[in-house]
Amino acid sequence: MSQQFETVIGLEVHAELSTNSKIFCGCKTEFGAPPNTHVCPICLGHPGVLPVLNKQALEFAMKASMALNCEINRETKFDRKNYFYPDLPKAYQISQFDKPVGINGYIDIEVDGKTKRIRINRLHLEEDAGKLTHCEYGSGTKMDYNRVGVPLVEIVTEPDISSPEEAKAYLEKLKAIIQYTEVSDVKMEQGSLRCDANVSIRPVGQKELGTKTELKNMNSFRNVQVALEYEIKRQEELVSSGGAVKQVTLRWDDANKKTIVMRSKEEAHDYRYFPDPDLVDITITEEWIERVKATIPELPDARKIRYVEEFGLPETDAGVITMTRESADFFDAAVKTGADPKTVANFLMVDLFGYLNANNLEMSDVKMTPQGLGEMIKLIEKGTISIKIAKTVFKEMLETGKDPATIVEEKGLVQISDEGELKRIVEEIIAANNQSVEDYKAGKKQSIGFLVGQVMKQTKGKANPGVVNKLLVEALESL
Amino acid sequence: MLLTKKRVSLKYQPYLNNERKGETKVSLFDKRLSELHDDLKKKELSVTDLTVASLARIREVDKKVQATLLVDEEAAMEQAKALDERLAKGTEELGLLFGLPAGLKDNMVTKGLKTTCASKLLSNYDPIYDGTVSQKLKEADALVFAKLNMDEFAMGGSNENSSFYPTRNPWNLDYVPGGSSGGSAAAMAAREFYFTLGSDTGGSIRQPAAFCGVVGLKPTYGRVSRFGLVAYASSLDQIGPITKNVEDAAYVLQAISGHDGMDSTSADVEVPDFLSALTGDVKGLRIAVPKELIGEGISTEVRDAVLAALKQLESMGATWSEVSMPHTKYAVPAYYLLASSEASSNLARFDGVRYGVRADNAENLLDLYMESRSQGFGPEVKRRIMLGTYALSSGYYDAFYKKAQQMRTLIIQDFQEIYENFDVILHPTTPSTAFKIGEKIDDPIQMFVEDICTVTVNLAGLPAISVPCGFSKEGLPIGMQLVGKAFDEGTILRVAHAYEQAVNLSPKKPELGKGEA
Repeated sequence: MSQQFETVIGLEVHAELSTNSKIFCGCKTEFGAPPNTHVCPICLGHPGVLPVLNKQALEFAMKASMALNCEINRETKFDRKNYFYPDLPKAYQISQFDKPVGINGYIDIEVDGKTKRIRINRLHLEEDAGKLTHCEYGSGTKMDYNRVGVPLVEIVTEPDISSPEEAKAYLEKLKAIIQYTEVSDVKMEQGSLRCDANVSIRPVGQKELGTKTELKNMNSFRNVQVALEYEIKRQEELVSSGGAVKQVTLRWDDANKKTIVMRSKEEAHDYRYFPDPDLVDITITEEWIERVKATIPELPDARKIRYVEEFGLPETDAGVITMTRESADFFDAAVKTGADPKTVANFLMVDLFGYLNANNLEMSDVKMTPQGLGEMIKLIEKGTISIKIAKTVFKEMLETGKDPATIVEEKGLVQISDEGELKRIVEEIIAANNQSVEDYKAGKKQSIGFLVGQVMKQTKGKANPGVVNKLLVEALESL
Repeated sequence: MLLTKKRVSLKYQPYLNNERKGETKVSLFDKRLSELHDDLKKKELSVTDLTVASLARIREVDKKVQATLLVDEEAAMEQAKALDERLAKGTEELGLLFGLPAGLKDNMVTKGLKTTCASKLLSNYDPIYDGTVSQKLKEADALVFAKLNMDEFAMGGSNENSSFYPTRNPWNLDYVPGGSSGGSAAAMAAREFYFTLGSDTGGSIRQPAAFCGVVGLKPTYGRVSRFGLVAYASSLDQIGPITKNVEDAAYVLQAISGHDGMDSTSADVEVPDFLSALTGDVKGLRIAVPKELIGEGISTEVRDAVLAALKQLESMGATWSEVSMPHTKYAVPAYYLLASSEASSNLARFDGVRYGVRADNAENLLDLYMESRSQGFGPEVKRRIMLGTYALSSGYYDAFYKKAQQMRTLIIQDFQEIYENFDVILHPTTPSTAFKIGEKIDDPIQMFVEDICTVTVNLAGLPAISVPCGFSKEGLPIGMQLVGKAFDEGTILRVAHAYEQAVNLSPKKPELGKGEA
């Protein structure tokens, strides 16, 4: 039987901070602007320029650190990471070496119903590099320096992750937490969230870590999982066949679904870190920490517990709803109207998320307001509309954003509960469906369902099903 | 062989021709800046008069001195005309440096004037922004039209490391003017401008000022903004004035000082009135003289001149004692490790990709970097980049960079201890007077050791001024240095001024006859 291995993974995540201006100059950080329009002598690294720290960037890093349960370093500073590349105008990146903003944090993830704590080694602040586009035809490389100097936080875990599934769960949770704090819009497809992984394997039971490889260029959560699975399999096959893992940096080639060697250990850079003499050391006071802490909203875990304990939602539902701040805020606002929380959760889980998934949309794409959803649920509770009609109203609300009362009125969707009116229809239906009546009388009580259906059809679904049922039973029994 | 000189157009030609027929008005350069300011206010002088005198003097002597890299005569005359128009209106407030033609060391970024750092690599660099000091000069109504020669990227003590040509010492053209602000000191000594600015990382204002017989002031680190000063060693660099007398130094310092939001290391402290510090009174002043900087290694002539100056100050009511700065011997190695480390990173941006001269024979990216930098940088710059890169390398950081930082801390403590009992520290600016061009160029270690009297001050971030205090037998100037407490430029200016007034050395000017260019 082949040897049993276990996997050790550590993740390095970069998230771009959503500050208005860059970290060391006044240029805008907006994504998608025409190339080289958000640049100045400072971010272009012209001779003689100096950096001045954007305080908001530091506070965002502090906020993210605290949301990830990190301690804040009371003394923090910036260092230069030196290397030559055309995307880095100063030929050094201003980063943090030995005094990162946040240290010793953690987040809890759930995989297969079990909770696991992933420790976070550090969170540090740094500036982003520019974007290079290598011409596909002909030769040459185009440089866009808009992104140079956009503030980033790098979040580094301890090697606590044991499987690609855990890696994915960690990333989803991390993304949710960061998104809740609103310090980054964490969009992997726009590059505002990026992930590198350190992977190694070791025989089960062995204490020391195996030789690791570093994986880069995985630009979606799915890719992270696929690339990790590929790399783990590669390492296992290599070791099983008597080979040894080499310490290399690998690039995930998404088109060919494999990893490619970027550079070996021997080719690794010596970054020659040293304290940036252009920036001053920063002392973070207790009072400053408290001020930033006060801006952190209720985070996903806390909200989830609240939904379960206060509203009695099932844990999975609470988990899904709290996955993004948008959906959790939507849920809270809908519940605030007085609608039943469980019904709200059902509409979100089944109807809203189903609609979003089917149409590949995001929360922000729908026009329905949480107040609208709450009001609609109250209309159901009052008996004004049936659950069935509600589905129609819901769809209309998604598309138009109109409030439910208006939709019900405009479309004449008010439920018919008037017994006099319904009795007349019930009698018509009974008269027209002898076979079902016979069946009922013969003891096949379920045939009443067909008759209810007929009444609903006649009333275009507006009849109150409870009343119809009651009237039908009365009529049939009296025959 | 001048790098770029923009000659005046025809419309201004007559001004300069008139000037050249007669003798250039060198007498104008003898006036204190505050006097010139008053004369302009009273309309006894025009800005054009001052400017024409400056341009004519540059034409007359700079062929020999080679202190300038760029003189935009046309720009000078245009600025003069505009300022004279303002003067004629008589309605507006005049800036402190109103109408004064200034010379700037070529590592200060000036919008519209090429800024080369005397390097081939930046020989085509035309800045798209103004540094804070350049902007402050313009706001104070000075004329900014000339850039001065220097050691490439401010690395050197002789101006022989300029990529273009060496500046010569006006007192004897066979001698170096010092460096790296050699152009600024020589131009001031030769009276080409009314004042000049230099930058000082390890003595680069004070040493050339001493060699050229002028006053050079390095302000406290953080007093003057570094924004727009092309960085050599960011934790040490500081801009300061080079002038013909102490009062002018105080006057110019006033205009360029102050907190700058563009420079995180600029100090948010009050700028006092430096002129009012010049009381002439040194009674009760306690002077410390570090024995490490007056004894062995200091030439007899220099030592005697400084001891005579101490005697003079004593006669005026000051007292002095010998003290020890035990860590002085570590200053030069600590300085060269730290400065080179920072320089290796600061100069990495000069890669030929976005600006500056790019090698045209590169075959790939690495080649482009290597060729552009190999062709663009001179030998001294390369030496320091390699030294600094090595000192910061993984495995060597603790032995070099970190050790040097620790030595820096010890040197700072040496100063703190002295200032518990003394008001100023006084010692020679340089171990000996100017040396001959070519004399030390092949011995970099010997060149480094020359910095012993100046680098401690930069490591501690303190203010210091070099004042002429005599001449050698060969007729070369000797300078003494006064070092003050942080942000106490007032005291060193007061002492230097009192001494200068008492000995009356300042009127002595070089005749530009000695030596063969």
